[in-house]
Amino acid sequence: MTIHADHSAPETAVEDHAADVRTKFGISVEDYMLPARHQIQMVNPDGTLRSHDEQGTEPGHEYPTPSDAELMAAYEQLVVGRRVNDQNSALVRQGRMAVYPSSHGQEACQVAAAMCLKEGDWLFPTYRDAVAVMTRGVDPVEVMTIFRGDWHGGYDPKEHKVGIQCTPLTTQLLHAVGVAHAAKLRGEETVVMAMCGDGATSEGDFHEALNFAAVFHLPVIFFVQNNKYAISVPLSHQSVAPSLAHKAVGYGMAGERVDGNDLVALLAVMDRAVKLAREGSGPLLIEAHTYRMQAHTNADDATRYRPDSEVAEWQAKDPLTRMKSYLTDKGLLDDAANHRIAEHAEAVATQLREGLGEDVPVQPLDLFKYVFSKPTPQLKEQSELLAGELAREESAK
Amino acid sequence: MTVTTNANVSAATANAAASAAATAEASGPQSLTMAKALNTAMADAMRADPSVLVFGEDVGMLGGVFRITDGLMAEFGEQRCFDTPLAESGIVGMAVGMAINGMRPVIEMQFDAFAYPAFEQIVSHVAKMHNRTKGKLKMPMVIRVPYAGGIGGVEHHCDSSESYYAHTAGLKVYTPATVADGYRMLREAIDSDDPVMFMEPKKLYWSKDQVDLGALRAEHDAGTSTEGRAAVARPGTDATLIAYGPSVPTALAAAAAAAEEGRSLEVIDVRTLVPFDDETVCASVRKTGRAVVIAEAHGFASVSSEIVARVQERAFHFLAAPILRVTGFDVPFPSPKLEHYYLPSVDRILDAVDDLQWED
Repeated sequence: MTIHADHSAPETAVEDHAADVRTKFGISVEDYMLPARHQIQMVNPDGTLRSHDEQGTEPGHEYPTPSDAELMAAYEQLVVGRRVNDQNSALVRQGRMAVYPSSHGQEACQVAAAMCLKEGDWLFPTYRDAVAVMTRGVDPVEVMTIFRGDWHGGYDPKEHKVGIQCTPLTTQLLHAVGVAHAAKLRGEETVVMAMCGDGATSEGDFHEALNFAAVFHLPVIFFVQNNKYAISVPLSHQSVAPSLAHKAVGYGMAGERVDGNDLVALLAVMDRAVKLAREGSGPLLIEAHTYRMQAHTNADDATRYRPDSEVAEWQAKDPLTRMKSYLTDKGLLDDAANHRIAEHAEAVATQLREGLGEDVPVQPLDLFKYVFSKPTPQLKEQSELLAGELAREESAK
Repeated sequence: MTVTTNANVSAATANAAASAAATAEASGPQSLTMAKALNTAMADAMRADPSVLVFGEDVGMLGGVFRITDGLMAEFGEQRCFDTPLAESGIVGMAVGMAINGMRPVIEMQFDAFAYPAFEQIVSHVAKMHNRTKGKLKMPMVIRVPYAGGIGGVEHHCDSSESYYAHTAGLKVYTPATVADGYRMLREAIDSDDPVMFMEPKKLYWSKDQVDLGALRAEHDAGTSTEGRAAVARPGTDATLIAYGPSVPTALAAAAAAAEEGRSLEVIDVRTLVPFDDETVCASVRKTGRAVVIAEAHGFASVSSEIVARVQERAFHFLAAPILRVTGFDVPFPSPKLEHYYLPSVDRILDAVDDLQWED
């Protein structure tokens, strides 16, 4: 069966999208848009490769295994990401950072979201996506500035084409849509990765962003990390859709589910999504099944709303040990490689400890400097008021 | 002609187009509505800069429900002036992304109260992005909001929402009261690297004036600025009426009526609520010693209360009487048959002026 919109598409849309998809995959648009019957999974939790039959592939949902070089590079980032998460949590406990929403357990999603992009592409992360931001190349200490508390953001979004880590849920998805739209108007081949969590799919901006991206036929990948909880509220209280990926078809875009702790499957699915988007498929929605191993933040107590047995169950599906077994069995990971990767991770952890251990003095008058491009007379007045206070404090010392 | 947004459209080509379009029009003063002045400002800005885009609900083929974007899609094509899905947060949020990626969006919220779904994007991102990134990301966008009453509109079509935006750090808030200011302030808003809430008094859309577009264009090209500069709309000596946007013509009518009774009222048109021109406003009050602030919005916790506070902080010893206010009452905006009881009127303004403790 082939579905058509029963209204005319805007001029900006690709009108023969249906024919295009039929040629590409030999399936109907509806089959293309609906996710595969099962989540895409390539490697078992014990690290063994699933057979072609076990992978449960269906026409249009067949994914080639990523190259060895890509897998090794991604694994290295995975190890670094885990080390960063644990280092940051330690720094919070030591009082060096105010808060850190850890992505421990979700590092495969973090790494894949950044690694599938090219240099000219953009990434729009949430507050929990620090590892993705770093994987994109942003300086780790600059990433953590927001959590140290000296300013709301520490890196230049334009340098690595990474939006500021966004706190209000799903609002950044619309910024991703705007960046893609501007690029498209200029004829640039920019793909934009827009990240959010499962709870965020209940927000109105999730709907508006997906609909805008679809109507304007923009190359945006909406990447939902379904880590099962929005602070304490389980997914069953957010949505009764067959899956979050199924929401895609309602907007006229393709959706896919993937094992979010299987880095091999993630890279395969994300790489293809980026390729399709770059080739003009319009937006895509990918739901990754993963688990937030730690509490929402250090201020949260996860034992109040989820059983230890559930956490233990997910511990067995850890993305890092799974990838390590797989690559070791494949003969790609030997002692030397393990040693080199561990050293890399330790170097980044040291960089974080040293960078965040430094007590950088804050500049109170910066409060007024950046509200507008040029301070208004009122802000100048207030700045002088505070400067006077500071001078009096200083002379009283 | 159609100007595409491709980077290969040089500024020179765009400027040539602007000059051609400008010279095609009659030079010298002509009768113009504020609607046409705003429309011309957008068209001129789009000719001058290919990164200026106009989008929103019904702004394309229809030219906007108030026809302010009339003809822009025809001249600049569907890529630069287009209709969006009906979702205000989406419109503003997408504009944020476009501003991040090199565009200068000029977006329309169809009516004041329909902008509320976009409040989070405006307050949490449009207003804060520059500060959050220490100026690395600028937000050169204009959010046009037809606002206030006086047109017999039904519920949700007549709100005076300027105080919400003026209260938010990081937003500039402009509101023109004359046809000429419609042109010059919208051009300046589009040129601004900071986000501007451009509040358009919808009852003044069809107000007319003799305007010399050629002179206004020359003024713009010379870099003349109205930001933070209130205008003396009518000079006077006995008391100051401080008004903005839709209340300026009402204040002028009150001043004309007062003149017949032998009282000389100065009328100040604030023009930009943020940044606010303390200097001009306070200079006038110091001169006259008496002031009434006029605004359609509810008085409680509003721009009008801010103006009273600022003036008494700076000109207390020059005051012969407390500063009074004539504002909308603290009730939801009334239905069409009741709105004239709510809106500041000439009579209410004259009554307030009478109450400024004249006999001592």
